[in-house]
Amino acid sequence: MNKESLAHYCALVKKESGLVLSEEKGYLLESRLMPVARKYKLADLDELATASQKAGSTEMVREIVDAMTTNESFFFRDITPFDQFRDYVLPKLIENRGDKKHIRIWSAACSNGQEPYSLAIVLKEAGPKLAGWRIDIVATDISREVLTRAKAGVYSQFEVQRGLPITLLVKYFKQDGDKWRIDPALRAMVSFQEFNLLDEMRALGKFDIIFCRNVLIYFDQETKTMVLNRMSGILPPDGHLVLGGAETVLGMTDKFVSIKGQRGLYEQGAGTPIAKAS
Amino acid sequence: MSDTKICLVVDDSRVIRMVARKILEELEFSVAEAADGKAAIDVCKDKMPDAVLLDWNMPVMSGIDFLRSLRKMDGGDAPTVVFCTTENDIEHIQEAIAEGANEYIMKPFDSEIIQSKFRQVGLL
Repeated sequence: MNKESLAHYCALVKKESGLVLSEEKGYLLESRLMPVARKYKLADLDELATASQKAGSTEMVREIVDAMTTNESFFFRDITPFDQFRDYVLPKLIENRGDKKHIRIWSAACSNGQEPYSLAIVLKEAGPKLAGWRIDIVATDISREVLTRAKAGVYSQFEVQRGLPITLLVKYFKQDGDKWRIDPALRAMVSFQEFNLLDEMRALGKFDIIFCRNVLIYFDQETKTMVLNRMSGILPPDGHLVLGGAETVLGMTDKFVSIKGQRGLYEQGAGTPIAKAS
Repeated sequence: MSDTKICLVVDDSRVIRMVARKILEELEFSVAEAADGKAAIDVCKDKMPDAVLLDWNMPVMSGIDFLRSLRKMDGGDAPTVVFCTTENDIEHIQEAIAEGANEYIMKPFDSEIIQSKFRQVGLL
């Protein structure tokens, strides 16, 4: 692949998704984009780069961005955020939302669905405390391909063994040949939508907590700040944000502050305009 | 006193025992081996391990029979038992849990799965 093509892919992916392809990630281009090139009967990534710049290539561009933004995930990844949600955030929500009995959760960049389904399992395991409550888990991703997989809720033996305790596998999944299918009741708790984090978020509505883990690391500083500020705007004053363990808001925004002793968990900063809770 | 945890690997395949040993030693376990359930009981009588990585189908005594015997032994409720077997159907998994297994790995396995499961049950 020539330098022009590489520059084209970097610019295209940045523009469409905000994702910054570092040079070390260049090796991903070959393995991820060759299937797209083959689908369009193009010989190599240079031909694909040329074709994707022509008018009417919207679908091809979407597939290129799809291929470059797909990230692996697994159930209860890094476990701590799910423990924090169960032990720190959920009790507060139960106390503060007792009048409406309605909780809205956003799993931003949900990949193959393991994060929103892990949250659904945590909520199911909470049992009678949430009886009569309406819980919406909105799970979004920029990639249509991963959303199709996420909606199906079918996982390989390898996938269900990474992070998911065996007792929960047996309780919430049905075996289907060598695959494992998630319980329809859990599946029904999650609504999946295609969504680009660079787009206006207000259409998604207000949320009580947003999980946006291991996504911002791929954005440049300016994009991180924009995304974080917009997220602050769709959370109520007592809302929470969950970032990946290696991520921070420091130097990006003062709309969020970290919660002492709760790594990766953030609440609205003092400078945040007061918005009415959902 | 050393803090090194002992993991007993029970599998009739020498190759599996070798692979498991390599993974577990990298995770800083001290590894003991047994080729069947009865030999594993003898190891446990001598010194109760902290963890057992346990195959199901073995000659002389199966993994599930070993587990039943282990849980009846003095101090036998202490080891964390993780099945590691090709018996991948839900009935076997449920039976293992009912008999006191703490986790269950469906073969084939790799280092990542062992780490993930051992972390879940607090061994790492």
